[in-house]
Amino acid sequence: MAWGEFKDTAAERRLFQRRALVMLIFVVVMLSGLVARMYQLQVVEHETYSTISEKNRVQVQSIPPPRGLVYDRNNVLLAENRPVFSLMVVPERVENMDQTLADLQRILDIPENELERFERRLTERRRPFEEIPLSFDLSEQDIATMAVNRHLFPGVEVKAELVRYYPHAELTAHVLGFVGRINQEELQRIDPVNYDGTNYIGKSGIERFYEQILHGQVGYQHVEINARGRVLRVLERENPIPGEDLQLHLDLRMQRKAHELLDGRRGAIIAIEPATGGILALASVPGFDANKFVTGISVPDYQDLITDLDKPLFNRALRGQYPPGSIVKPMLAIAALDSGATTRDETIWDPGIFRLNEGGRVWRDWKRGGHGWVDLMDAVAESCDIYFYEIASEMGVDVMYQYLSAFGFGEDAALDVSGAQEGLLPSREWKRAERNQPWYPGDSVNMGIGQGFFLATPLQMATATALIANRGAWVEPRLLKDIRGDGDVKEALPSEYHEPLILKNPDDWEYVVDAMEAVMHGPKGTARRAAEGASYRMAGKTGTAQVFSLEGEEYNAEEIRERLRDHALFVGFAPADDPEIVVAVIVENGGSGSSTAAPVARAMFDAWLEELPAVDAGVLVGNSEQAQVR
Amino acid sequence: MGMKGILGTSGTEGFGRQKRLWSVLHIDPVLLLLLFLLVIPGLFVLYSGADRNLDVVKAQAIRLVIAFAVMLVFAQFDPAVFRRWAPWLYAAGLAALVAVLLVGVGAKGAQRWLDLPGLPQFQPSELMKLVVPMMAAWYLSRYFLPPTFGRVLVGLAIVLVPMALIIEQPDLGTSLLVGMAGLFVVFFAGISWKLITAFVALAGVSAPLMWLFVMRDYQKQRVLTLLDPQSDPLGAGWNIIQSKTAIGSGGLDGKGWLQGTQSHLEFLPESHTDFIVAVLAEEFGFIGMLLLLGLYLLIILRCLYIAACAQDSFSRLVAGALTMTFFIYVFVNVGMVSGLLPVVGVPLPLISYGGTSAVTLMAAFGVLMSIHTHRRMISA
Repeated sequence: MAWGEFKDTAAERRLFQRRALVMLIFVVVMLSGLVARMYQLQVVEHETYSTISEKNRVQVQSIPPPRGLVYDRNNVLLAENRPVFSLMVVPERVENMDQTLADLQRILDIPENELERFERRLTERRRPFEEIPLSFDLSEQDIATMAVNRHLFPGVEVKAELVRYYPHAELTAHVLGFVGRINQEELQRIDPVNYDGTNYIGKSGIERFYEQILHGQVGYQHVEINARGRVLRVLERENPIPGEDLQLHLDLRMQRKAHELLDGRRGAIIAIEPATGGILALASVPGFDANKFVTGISVPDYQDLITDLDKPLFNRALRGQYPPGSIVKPMLAIAALDSGATTRDETIWDPGIFRLNEGGRVWRDWKRGGHGWVDLMDAVAESCDIYFYEIASEMGVDVMYQYLSAFGFGEDAALDVSGAQEGLLPSREWKRAERNQPWYPGDSVNMGIGQGFFLATPLQMATATALIANRGAWVEPRLLKDIRGDGDVKEALPSEYHEPLILKNPDDWEYVVDAMEAVMHGPKGTARRAAEGASYRMAGKTGTAQVFSLEGEEYNAEEIRERLRDHALFVGFAPADDPEIVVAVIVENGGSGSSTAAPVARAMFDAWLEELPAVDAGVLVGNSEQAQVR
Repeated sequence: MGMKGILGTSGTEGFGRQKRLWSVLHIDPVLLLLLFLLVIPGLFVLYSGADRNLDVVKAQAIRLVIAFAVMLVFAQFDPAVFRRWAPWLYAAGLAALVAVLLVGVGAKGAQRWLDLPGLPQFQPSELMKLVVPMMAAWYLSRYFLPPTFGRVLVGLAIVLVPMALIIEQPDLGTSLLVGMAGLFVVFFAGISWKLITAFVALAGVSAPLMWLFVMRDYQKQRVLTLLDPQSDPLGAGWNIIQSKTAIGSGGLDGKGWLQGTQSHLEFLPESHTDFIVAVLAEEFGFIGMLLLLGLYLLIILRCLYIAACAQDSFSRLVAGALTMTFFIYVFVNVGMVSGLLPVVGVPLPLISYGGTSAVTLMAAFGVLMSIHTHRRMISA
């Protein structure tokens, strides 16, 4: 060969063959390494990877049960489920998130707060290929726009979801409450299995109290999915058990009536059917649109609600704690008669002022100059304070506490009303514990007209009045009337635990009912004007709760700014001898109970006893005047 | 030598005619058979990996036919022709690589293709897998072997210049294969073990420098991902986790052809290209992998035998280097898919979907057949 140098071809061949042998060994060793690796993965760790592969392939998807519906006593739908279309994003499938969001915003109007929430959730831990909601409640226009442009947005999809809807928004918000997205705290207490796939939970009211019944049982499906999270086929399915439908005692027409009566004012109305304890109306005005809370209320809307001086979110009927004022007089009359502090025949001279001892503190009657000679009947009818100062100091706190407890004051006696306050029924022990003071006789005097430390909610006032209407038989107030489906109302409702209030002389009930009738129909009854022209007899009691107290001085309500005026109170039932409805009314800053609250209650009585039965009987179609005439 | 003996003693009358036919066609029947054994089952794996897309299989079959044709063409040339042309091909290759950097076309941030008017689009770097070992062999075999230190340096320069140009594209996988091809020439030429040790040590020292100055971010990321795939399970680590899952879930005998859930449900990325071995491992299990690696070993054995039988140093060096390049393909691809090596774009030879590498590989086998069938029968 012409390479210019001496080449030992035999030596070069041997050299190469040695090197080739080295390479052969190298190749065998390296391939053995690969075989060892395969052995490790496919034989030693086979189980592990098999599991991962199976987990990749098969996903257990939960199917949330549809939430039970809520109806009123006439089967009017109060809470339903409406399909809402949301924009969902699977981040893994989006190529350029910023670009996608910017493009989406050009064609859809995504609210700023939803965008912020989405970006926050994007940074949180989550399962791979899990969808994150971007925008809720898309309009028809938005859905159409997305349908046309879908191919431009891989990883973005419109998904239908059943969301709670309250057709009578403001009317029912304080009764039904509302559902909302499950928060961190609720996540701790719910059953994670049953709520897997459920996005909403009852936050208040009936929705909260009957959450378990309304929610139902989650269903499952095992699905084969591909890497992009697309479901290819369903391998196995267990259907969810839908939540059960509830029927409430509530009558939407009464509820609407109550709202109309309080329109433009602040206050609460509770109407109870005494025989069943069923709550016919539970109104707190102003109300709010609960639908706004379901998918998450916007910050400005929420700000408006919480800064509103009228406090629309505040449930006055359950949580408003007011001094009950004179409306406790019928209950104290029962206490005084039964405990022997007074008798039906006992009369006292009312000079308009009361002193515990000579030269001591003066308690005044609401009526300047007093009522003259009064017995217990007159004292209730005319709401004579002096008489009740007398019997209160005669009974003392312990006796009053005992009887008022039996009327349900100082406790949440309702069965299925969530979030009700307990009010405050003061006692010797309470004052010692809370104020570190002894109970003074003067405290008993205040308590005798429902003032002082004594606080009660409108619901408690209605409950106590219902006890009189039922002549001592306890029927706890409740909302649930029936469960559609397998559920048993008796099981769903908490058990009734109150003992009936049995008087030594059961006729005392009739005496006090007569006194309450005298309030409405008597010549000097404080609410006689509200009862004018009624075709039925009613029993009631007016009251006035002081917003702030002016001790020993008289004042002119007109001079005080509107919001510092007294709250007008009224409790009552009708017909007096066979009650079908019990009503408690509070009109905040309404002034006197007789002029403001009593007419409201009268309108509720009329509606329940005359107008609605007339409508139901088909006598009257859309003409309310005839009903009045009847 | 024993190896020559095997060749010399073979043949009855009929077999001898057959043998003559093979030598007229310049085909090594043993290598051809092994290649068929690899390629034809490979198409079935591809059918599964491409999710039953027959078009993909057809396209690949056509490419393989072309590749076998190219092999046949290369086999017709005498190795001396390759030797004579080596410097010119090398010069042209370097020019083409420079041209790629200047006017090349490509995708995904890399310029790899040259689109010259009147010629089909091609990847000059692929060509260099053949040309670089030929050039190095041409240079080193001009002198006595083992080479002197100076000649080793020149040999290394011949390898490193195209390597650097290919890294610039950037194409780490191809650059690696080209570089390995050249280095194997230097190794087979008989470079002393001391020098090898020294170079390995040098490489060890320069690795951190490579990390800092040469490697791109995405390449660093691949290495980091290899070390800890769970650090980014949905991003860069996804491929490795899913391919290991595919392999591991295959078990001893696999899930069966077309039954691999990892690939058919699209968890496994690139299931018909670079990661196709995971499909095979999932569907045919450890046994399938043993058969595959065994087949590759047989091909390598045959090729090393051909190299050992070659009659001149140039042929030996080229044959040895091309064989080892083929091995590197196998090792890097399987190592990468099974999570032993970082993800570099190296296909599984003759099974992964893709035409360019198949053509280059078959051309290399053509060169090997050329070397084997153009021997002068000294003994005859």
